[in-house]
Amino acid sequence: MSAFAESEAKETFVLNLGPQHPATHGVLRVKLTMDGEYIAEAEPVLGYIHRMHEKMGENRTWAQFMPNTGRMDYLHALAYNHGYVSVVERAAGIEVPERAEYLRVITAELNRVSSHLLWFGAFILDLGGFSPLLYAFDDREHILDLLESVTGSRLTYCYFRFGGVYNDIDDNFVPGTRAFIKRLRERMPMYHNLVTKNIILMKRLQEVGPISAEMCRKYGATGPVCRGSGINFDVRKHEPYSIYPEFDFDVPVYEQCDSMARYMVRMDEIEQSLRIIEQALDKLPEGPVMAEKVPKILKPAKGDYYHAVETARGSFGVRVVSDGTNTPYRLKLRSPTFSNLSLFGEACQGMLLPDALALMGSLDLVIPEIDR
Amino acid sequence: MYVDPEIIRLLAFLVGVIAFAALNAAYLVWLERKEAAHIQRRIGPKEVGPFGLLQPLVDGIKLMTKQLIVPAGVDPVLFKIAPILVMVPAIMSFVTIPFSDTLVARNLDIGLLAIFAFASVNVLGLLLGAWGSRNKYAVISAARVVSQNVAYEIPMLVTVVTLVMISGTMNLSKIVGLQLGGFWNWNIFNLSASPLMPIAFLIFFVCMLAETNRAPFDMAEAESELVAGAFTEYSGMGFGVFFMGEYANIVIGASVATILFLGGWDCPFGLFPGVHWFLIKMYFLIFTVIWIRWTYPRTTFYGLLNLSWKILIPISFVNLILTSAMLKVF
Repeated sequence: MSAFAESEAKETFVLNLGPQHPATHGVLRVKLTMDGEYIAEAEPVLGYIHRMHEKMGENRTWAQFMPNTGRMDYLHALAYNHGYVSVVERAAGIEVPERAEYLRVITAELNRVSSHLLWFGAFILDLGGFSPLLYAFDDREHILDLLESVTGSRLTYCYFRFGGVYNDIDDNFVPGTRAFIKRLRERMPMYHNLVTKNIILMKRLQEVGPISAEMCRKYGATGPVCRGSGINFDVRKHEPYSIYPEFDFDVPVYEQCDSMARYMVRMDEIEQSLRIIEQALDKLPEGPVMAEKVPKILKPAKGDYYHAVETARGSFGVRVVSDGTNTPYRLKLRSPTFSNLSLFGEACQGMLLPDALALMGSLDLVIPEIDR
Repeated sequence: MYVDPEIIRLLAFLVGVIAFAALNAAYLVWLERKEAAHIQRRIGPKEVGPFGLLQPLVDGIKLMTKQLIVPAGVDPVLFKIAPILVMVPAIMSFVTIPFSDTLVARNLDIGLLAIFAFASVNVLGLLLGAWGSRNKYAVISAARVVSQNVAYEIPMLVTVVTLVMISGTMNLSKIVGLQLGGFWNWNIFNLSASPLMPIAFLIFFVCMLAETNRAPFDMAEAESELVAGAFTEYSGMGFGVFFMGEYANIVIGASVATILFLGGWDCPFGLFPGVHWFLIKMYFLIFTVIWIRWTYPRTTFYGLLNLSWKILIPISFVNLILTSAMLKVF
């Protein structure tokens, strides 16, 4: 009985959620102080999958760190590829051919759609609905097939190179991607009819799990979390990189601040990513996919460089400090979910356990990216 | 040696009822897996036997050969007794259920009351198992079971009282007897007794889902919140018996709904009434229960409480008053 209330004055107990709990999607541990089924205090405990990616970056050459980037956020690996190659290209002054930039955007956006689809399934699974997961995986499978044909892998991509991409697309990629866009556009209304408009789901998400814009600024939350709180911030629009300014797309912003707003932001972003891919496929230029004069041994000039990209979960920034040698002097990774998770402790105070877990699901946590 | 034929009859029914409950528990798992698979556009079990039909057998053998782990720190008596407390009342309830006009083990005059009494013991079993586990997830789950118990039993019993008023008896065979002769005689379409009868059936069905801890009301074992809820510490056959009890309760719930609302063994068109019609209706309801589980996300327990106190209880009381008024007038 010692596990329960110790004294009568403060009848709370500690509930250890994780690191092997089905709702934490990995090895996140949350120490919950519970008052009945209400959460009095929540403390995320990190570090169960810490692999010292930053230190690893400082111990190997610039190019050797590339595979690591795909292993942080394994669901949107290509955006991490993109962030790292961009900062190194900025440091070394490498010009990227236009076709390579288009391929980067197309594959990264496809990857974003696959990430959102997986989140959609896993989130509904958190709410107790099992079937949407398999429908979402069915769609995601098509993206994995497309990306496999280009990048050679299905999950932890390492496709981008300094000065371009590793491989040009084959003949089937463009028609295959167009077919997929058509298919997903036909499927999205089904998801909205079956899931979004479901009365139980609406009751579970609407006006539950409020995260104010104030709180987002305080903790540095980015991505769908802050866009669900009415903050119009998307790195692709507001600190444009690559060729994103050439495309016409909207940033979905919802003012409601609840779990439903974050859900709707991601569902709308799938459509916006499809729009970007469609435009990029239309404009896709011919030409080389790799810059010609990229030195074999890269030694960027001395300096301090930063580059941010918009991943499926928010703003991912890489800061590198070069001392002019073939390894980075310092590599700092700013991952979005770390900031997004840090507001969980404040946001879930006084909430019921099932609602808090719905809130946690709506943050879209990827644990290896939090721990790095 | 003279043996009373009544005793032989009862023994045969006892064996039959236990076999029926166990077979149903085993093959409803198969049905659930197959149905879920097809809803999710998968195939489901197919390796063991044709269409995976031997899968329940293999699962049973696996569960039975596993070691019964009693974790350190649990209350060993409660821990071991709880699965039995769930299973036994479920089997007992079968005794009073009339599958046809002749196929009933004990034609009790208070059969309906007996079934609801047994159903309450089932909740107690879950509560004891969770409490005995000394597991925090299980204890939260136990608290949920109790609040759920209060929420759903009131509208369910009020609806049942309405039906008892219409039928004038608690004998399940007699309740069915009054509905014979075609679907227009069934209580669900008995609009002359109360125009709210189809809604009363819906209320009963929703309460039945809550009573059997089925989705969307499966808060007691919400796997994404409470790991496995009350069953967190159970493994092997202890878990297996809980599971069988759960499916047996679904069969009971579907049977009672069939008897009270859908005319029991009556044929919808007045032809060849018999046990097959009872089974068709019962399995159709069970199919629907499984269908709902794989379609809807889970509610929260305050969602269920709101639903119960704000919607189900007022409507069922209106139905009760309306029915008594109609009975008085006509």
